This record gives sequence, structure tokens and C-alpha cells, in this order.
Amino acid sequence: MASTTTTAPETHTGVKLPVLEREKLILNERSYHWITERICGVVENKQPLLWWLLFIPSALIAAIGVGGGLFHLVSTGVGVWGNTNRVMWGWPIVNFVFWIGIGHAGTLISAILFLTRQNWRTSINRAAEAMTIFAVMCAGIFPAFHVGRVWFAWFLAPVPNANAVWQNFKSPLLWDVFAVSTYFTVSLIFWFLGMVPDLATIRDRCKPGLRKVIYGILALGWRGGNRQWSHYEMAYLLLAALSTPLVLSVHSVVSFDFATSVVPGWHTTIFPPYFVAGAIFGGFAMVLTIMIPARFVYGLQDLITMKHIDNMAKIILLTGTIVGYAYLMELFVAFYSGAIYEMDAFKFRIAGPYWWAYAAMMSLNVISPQFFWFKACRENLWVVMAIAMCVNVGMWFERFVIIVTTLARMWLPGDWKTFSPSAQDQMLFVGTIGMFLALFMLFLRFLPCINIAEVKWTKPEADPHFDDKEHHPDHGVKAEPAYQKELV
Amino acid sequence: MSTTRKRVYGYLAEFKSASALYKAAEKIRDAGFRKWDCYSPYPIHGLDGAMGLKRSILPWFVFFGGMTGCATAFALAYSTQVVIYPTIVQAKPANIFTVPAFFPVMFELTILFSGFTVLFGLLALIQLPRLNHPLFASKQFHRATDDGFFIAIEARDPKFSPNQTKELLAEIGGANIELVEEED
Repeated sequence: MASTTTTAPETHTGVKLPVLEREKLILNERSYHWITERICGVVENKQPLLWWLLFIPSALIAAIGVGGGLFHLVSTGVGVWGNTNRVMWGWPIVNFVFWIGIGHAGTLISAILFLTRQNWRTSINRAAEAMTIFAVMCAGIFPAFHVGRVWFAWFLAPVPNANAVWQNFKSPLLWDVFAVSTYFTVSLIFWFLGMVPDLATIRDRCKPGLRKVIYGILALGWRGGNRQWSHYEMAYLLLAALSTPLVLSVHSVVSFDFATSVVPGWHTTIFPPYFVAGAIFGGFAMVLTIMIPARFVYGLQDLITMKHIDNMAKIILLTGTIVGYAYLMELFVAFYSGAIYEMDAFKFRIAGPYWWAYAAMMSLNVISPQFFWFKACRENLWVVMAIAMCVNVGMWFERFVIIVTTLARMWLPGDWKTFSPSAQDQMLFVGTIGMFLALFMLFLRFLPCINIAEVKWTKPEADPHFDDKEHHPDHGVKAEPAYQKELV
Repeated sequence: MSTTRKRVYGYLAEFKSASALYKAAEKIRDAGFRKWDCYSPYPIHGLDGAMGLKRSILPWFVFFGGMTGCATAFALAYSTQVVIYPTIVQAKPANIFTVPAFFPVMFELTILFSGFTVLFGLLALIQLPRLNHPLFASKQFHRATDDGFFIAIEARDPKFSPNQTKELLAEIGGANIELVEEED
């Protein structure tokens, strides 16, 4: 219950300065029942017009872009994509890395911020975890179809086949298969287990009928007894502890796809931390992009407060600056190495025919988040939204710069090509954006979008010693705000 | 309508806040009850101690689950890469010295198996999923997932007695004391 700390630790011996009271995570002293009503209301009430205005177009775009796009691709062949013999990774892998990166913020919020006891995560973790699941689903489409003949995609799995050929376990591409599928599975378990008590809340509010049966099955018969909570909290802690190294490993393994190759511009040791920071950066921008409108539409301002947005903006500033450092360090290492191919690769990125992509990456990812140094910018939601959109776009350009500009200028001048995406490339990418939004809209419609149980737990009176005035034998003393009185 | 026999599940009592529930739990623990539980909309910090519960044994399950995953990945990679189908690429060896290249997959499968062990180990420990429970017959129990704090003492507890247990619950601050019955 960090939110009630008002005094410095007892061990502190120096001059006691006033400690500022923490900002409240839930505004206006809302009751437990208000929290239940408001969050379950999103699922139970009729959806606002805006929901339909967003859901119908995004579902249509998903159906045409992903459904139609993939049907055309499979029935015609991957030749319809813009990939060429040199730039063989092209847009599909750009989009894969883009989407998989988006997911990382969800796991960061649910796992790393849980282990570091950042209670403000409770208002946003559910939606961010949902975002992780949907982003990884979008990401998975690209490599699965990029193998060329999708009906042979099962060759990726180490199972015996008629050719008696086994996968190369020394290849980062195979590591990627394991990393991404583990990431999806563990994120799904984390998301679902976290939702069980809240599904029980919805179940208990339903009138008897089909709806109650469905939520009842999903809630697994949860009763909220402490003999359940006790194991449940341990399970949650374990999943957080498992997901933390997992999320760091996933984008590290994705970066190995590049870093272990002997390609100028890719063969660098900075790639794993640089990719992970970039993934968290882009993911938080996507959380803001989605949560700021949702909080207005569903009236969740007392639960997702300006404090939450302020914290996320600061994380974007931090990770954006790390990403900027990585960009500059790449340039410096290329210069300092004295390797002509390495230097040439970066000269081509900055001043070649793809200069616009490099300029977009630099300005959107490095310069735009710097506005978050100013409190006025973090408090103006239009500015926050604008910067989040800049980062979304900028992070896509980062992957485009890394993949396309590098492959377009490899060792042999005879191989040099310029890449341009085909209509099918663009259709599938736009389709996955539609799919992501449509899935998120369905999530808002059918599942509790804020962690009801954990939000209740952040209220000061959730502490069993909230109204204890004197010494408690089991759990120490409630701190007396003595010296604060002195200052007054 | 046929007559159904009913069996007493136990007493359910409501408490007004988390701290009232905590203090009541300590008293029931000290009275020596075994088959009882506290119900709350969120996990209450320190209630395990107040109820006399031990720390969850789930981490042990997960430790062995994770070890199984790690061993599985090593066996899979080593048997296919070194024994069955050695692939010589990038001048990397196809013997025991190639093991560092297996670490990423060993790590991922450790996490994957641990994740599944958390899920299934938890479900086994909390004895879920189950579709019904006698407590769901109570008229007030639905508030346990909203804003209600309850204690239920089961009739199969050796210390249970129809009158004294009810009095005990009333004495420690329980309100709306209800006899919950299940259909036999």
C-alpha cells in the first residue's frame, strides 16, 4: 500500500524534510461498488455510437486486408509481394518486428511494473495485456506466410517429417519460432489468469441465462476465498517473474535475426538492448493511443488518471532517449570501426534514396518524445496523443530503415536494388491494423477492460490495518505522521 | 414438485470491511476451526497469517516444471543436432561444444513449461474449474466479488455446532448470518 506512505523511513537520521503525499490512483474516493459498476458497465451497457463507428470499419478492413489479402496471396503465390531477390525480407518482416514490438509494453506493465511494486499499473495492465495478445497475433501472420508456402509452415516445428530433415537449432530464426510462440502462450496464460476474478464479478452480476453460463465457464467457478487468493497471488507473482526475462528475451532473439548475420549495419552488439528499448517505447505509445480515447468514451477518468498518463509519457521519454542513444552509437561505432562497408551502410541510410525514412525515424522517435520533458506537454492530452502517434509511425520507420535500406545495398553492387512495396503488401499491413483495432473493440465489449480486483486493492481502506490506531502484534505499527504535524 | 433433501453446508456471515474481516479471521483461527474461508473482492494483505495458512507450495511445482522444460529443450536440440541429423553451418561444431547455441531454445522452453505448470498447478491447488458450489445458492454471496467481505464456516468442520458457531460469528462482528444449504 505505497499510496499511504507519508513519512520518511524510521532509519532516516538526517534533517527530516517533508515528504510529498503520493497522488491518489483512484480519484474522488470512489467506493468498491462504484468501481465494479463502472468497469462492468462497459461490458453490460449498450455500446456508444463511437464503438460501432470504429468497430465496423476496422472489422471490414481486417476482413478485406487480412482475409482477402491472404487469400489472394496464397492462391497466387508470394510473388505478389514486393519482396525481391535481394530485399527478400521486405515489408512482411518490417511489419512482423513492428507488431511484436508493440506487444512488449503490455508485458512490461503487467510483469516488470508488478515486480517493482508500481501500483499505478493496475488501471492499465489489462488493456495493455490484451494489446500484447492482439499485437502478437498480427505479428504471427507475417512470418507464417513469409515462408512462401504456408501449408509447409509446420516445418518450423521440430517434429519428424518424411524428409528426415531436422531444424537447425543453431539458427536465430528457429530461436525466434520458440521465443514468439512461448511469448504468445505465456502472455495468454497471464492475461486469462489475471481476468478470472473479474470474470467472476461479471458472472455474479448476470441474470440467469446463456450469458451467465458463458461467463460462469470462463470464470472457472472462482469464489474469491482466501484459500484461493493465496495460491492465486503466488501464481501471479510467478508468472510476472517468468514473463520479465521472457519479454527481454523475445526482442533480443528477434534482434539476433539481424545481429548474428554478417551484414554491414546489422552485425552489431548493441542490437538486443536497442530492440528491447524500442519495443517498450513503441508499445507504450500504442497503449496511450488506445487508452486516451477509451477513457473518455467510457468515463474512466477517475481510474485512468492524469497521473497514469504522466507516468507513461515519462517512460516514453526515457525509452525514446535510449533509442536515440542507440541510433547515435550505431553511427559512432560505424565511424570508429574504420570499416568501409560499415561506414558506407550508414552513409547510404542517411543520404541515400531512403533518406526520408531515416529522417522520419530520427525526428519522430528521438526528437518528438523530447517534448515530454515539459509538464505542460504531458498534461495536454492533444500533445500526448500527437506524440504517441508520431512514435507509432516512427517505430515502423525504424524497422523499415533497418531491414530495407540494409538489404537494398549488400556486398555486391550487382545485387543493389530499390524496394517498393506492392499493393498486396500495403493491403495486408493495413488489414492487420484493422484486425488489431477490431479485436481490441471486441475486448472492450466483452471482457473487463480494467483489472477490477487489483484496482480495489489500491484503495487505502483495502489495507486490513487501515483503521488500526495502535500497535498490531502481527504486522508492526502504522506509521504516525508525527513530524509532518511539526512542520504544520 | 418433488421434495429434495437438503444438507447444511455451513454458516455465511458478512463483515463490514477488510479490517473487520481480518480481525474476525484471527479469532476463528484461534478458536481452532479448520474448514472455513474468508471471501473478499480482492486479495487482502496479511490475511494468510490471520487465517493460519501456510505459504503456497506452487513454486515447487513450477521449479520442477521449468527443469523439465529445460531438459526437454536440451534433449530435443542435442538429439537432433548432434545424434540424428548434424547440420554443419557457419563452421559451428556438431558435437557437445555446440551447446551454447541451444541456450535460447532451452531458456524459452523453461519459461513455457513453467507457465503451463503455473496454470495447471494453480487450478489443481484451488480445485477449479468447477461449475457449481453450495455457496452460490446464497442470496448475498454474489457481493463477494463486488464489495462484500464474508466468512463461511463449513458444517464438516469438527468444531462446528449449529448454535455456538452462529453465536461466535455474531460475537466477532458478523452480520446477515445465513445458513447455507446444498441439495443432496
